Amino acid sequence: MDSTKRYERLRERYLNGDLDRRVFLGLIGAAGLAYGVRTPFVREARAAAAEVRFDGWGGVVSEAFREYAFDPYTEKTGVKVVDGTFGGGDEYLSRVKASQPGEYNIAHLSGVFDYARYAGLGLASEINEDNIPNLKYVIPKLVDVFRPITGGKISCVPYDYGTTGLAYNRKHISEEEMKEKGAKILLDEKYKGKIAGWSDWRTRIWYASLQTGQDPNNATDMDAVWEAIRTHRDLSLKYWSSGAELMSLLAEEEIYVTEGWSGRIYALQEQGHDIGYFDPPNGFGWQECLFVIKGSPMPECEELLNFMLAPETSIAVAEGQNYPPALDPQKVDLGKKIPTLPAFDPTGTLSGLTFADPDYWNGHEAEWSKEFGRIQKGY
Amino acid sequence: MGVEAREARQPWILLSPALVAITFLLFVPLAFIVVYSFWLRTATGADVAGFHLDNWAEALTDRFYRDILLNTLKIAAITTAVCALAGYPAAYFIARSNRNKGFLLLLLMLPFWVSYIIRTMSWINILGVSGALNSFLLWTGIISEPLQMLYNEATVILGLVHFLMPFMILNVFVSVDGIDQNLESAANSLGATKLQTFVSVTLPLSLPGLAAGGLLCFVLAAGTYITPLVLGGPRDAMFANLVFEAIITQLNWPLGSALSLMLLAVLGALVLVYNHFLGMAQLMKGMG
Repeated sequence: MDSTKRYERLRERYLNGDLDRRVFLGLIGAAGLAYGVRTPFVREARAAAAEVRFDGWGGVVSEAFREYAFDPYTEKTGVKVVDGTFGGGDEYLSRVKASQPGEYNIAHLSGVFDYARYAGLGLASEINEDNIPNLKYVIPKLVDVFRPITGGKISCVPYDYGTTGLAYNRKHISEEEMKEKGAKILLDEKYKGKIAGWSDWRTRIWYASLQTGQDPNNATDMDAVWEAIRTHRDLSLKYWSSGAELMSLLAEEEIYVTEGWSGRIYALQEQGHDIGYFDPPNGFGWQECLFVIKGSPMPECEELLNFMLAPETSIAVAEGQNYPPALDPQKVDLGKKIPTLPAFDPTGTLSGLTFADPDYWNGHEAEWSKEFGRIQKGY
Repeated sequence: MGVEAREARQPWILLSPALVAITFLLFVPLAFIVVYSFWLRTATGADVAGFHLDNWAEALTDRFYRDILLNTLKIAAITTAVCALAGYPAAYFIARSNRNKGFLLLLLMLPFWVSYIIRTMSWINILGVSGALNSFLLWTGIISEPLQMLYNEATVILGLVHFLMPFMILNVFVSVDGIDQNLESAANSLGATKLQTFVSVTLPLSLPGLAAGGLLCFVLAAGTYITPLVLGGPRDAMFANLVFEAIITQLNWPLGSALSLMLLAVLGALVLVYNHFLGMAQLMKGMG
């Protein structure tokens, strides 16, 4: 029943003498008050559809999004993109959990495990793939991996991929030494105080698995893993917690070696810093996606995703971020720079990268994140 | 309604906006946190409502939390002591400065115009391997290799002192400025030396300001998490970092709630002790 109908019935009851004048006017007044209170919020909610909130990793990654995707998109459509940042998927999930539906819209999530975790908490939307025709340019393997998690549908589009490999200062560590020692260089007593690491429990456990000769997606001796993490902690100057901090520590030569994100290390190299990058065998490969959170304005979000997946946009963003795009090199000419980026796979099969198994990592998330938190602080 | 009844109601009417704000912005969220602390986190990160004592049992019995809490209190105590020792002379100087008092107070307030995080991060450019201090020492030939000065407990305390010193100076300043200087002149005329006058007259009369500054510095230092995050090494976490991690990284809001209430209880007890012996009036004076 709409408001007009309600008013007509109320008026009829008043005219029939079922309501006295005071009650009738009181009800009209209450309705007016309710409308007055509601209207500004309704207007705000309607206006919100004219903007989409996007949250990403900040730094050069966000700058590339702003310059090559958001600004041109706003110019073309008039839909504003509100650009926020986070330090990691865990931190962002906490913010989303505390928010109202629709407050956060699109997130640049890392790994299939984040996708599974967000979906597990009921945050997955349902994308209408017909509204994103540019999805056809994406490497099929990157899309298909999401489907089983959300019942055949997808809540995101893959956007880029990269690795968390070993970054080292070439003035102090040679390429030969790095290749010889691999992940174990992070446990080398010789570099005590000049080692760092990401304060992310998954990355720490992944590298400790490599250091103890175990499969990073199926470590069986967790005691050895925790011990390797303790050794690394005692040799480390600092755990970094953002890409900007990682770049600063390496650029300022506070540290000589750490694991690092391929695109950020490439950015350092572009800036002229003598930093090497090495992906050890079974190094940490990941893909990133643009995840649409349940409750978001879907038509605007889908339009933005389609715009971002257009080859010219995607390539420009990838060149700015220094991460290879999710576009299939067999279908799209990716230009000159992208083939030179770390982790780039010209075949489009990504068979050379080891990705995190979402079931394995999410199954241990509660226990391992807590245990790492203690070890990180000296226990 | 009688005049007396109206007069009795008047303060409450005037106070009501503040009381409503405090109720909805402080007590209601606090009540939510108390309720949350009895919930449980599932393996997926979702919360299960109920009345469970598991989080409290863990927070109160686990040595890990106790040790970090004690370390936090230690860092806060050292920070407060350094602020008091370094801040008192500065506050005394400002209070006794006849012509430049306003200008000096303005200088004291200037750091507040810059973000706390930026101020904290500025130490990286000062103490870093390629920072200003190392560059200067290398340039003068005092050292041949850069010194590793960052990312330890000392730099955490330095960052906290940098952040909290103005609070200490302002409180001591208010106290010293309020001392009748005739008392000091009287002590001098009775044969006391300047040091004796300071120890017997000025210092005792300024102790309430020192205590108020100390309380503010201690409480703010014990509740910080940015400084250890930016300037600390792997082992320099403080209790607020545990709360941050439980809530943000581990998505364990129930345990994070219990931990934050634990910190609140410890710091609240300290405020109660202060209030019992010195009252809150001096604190308000310093903050105003």
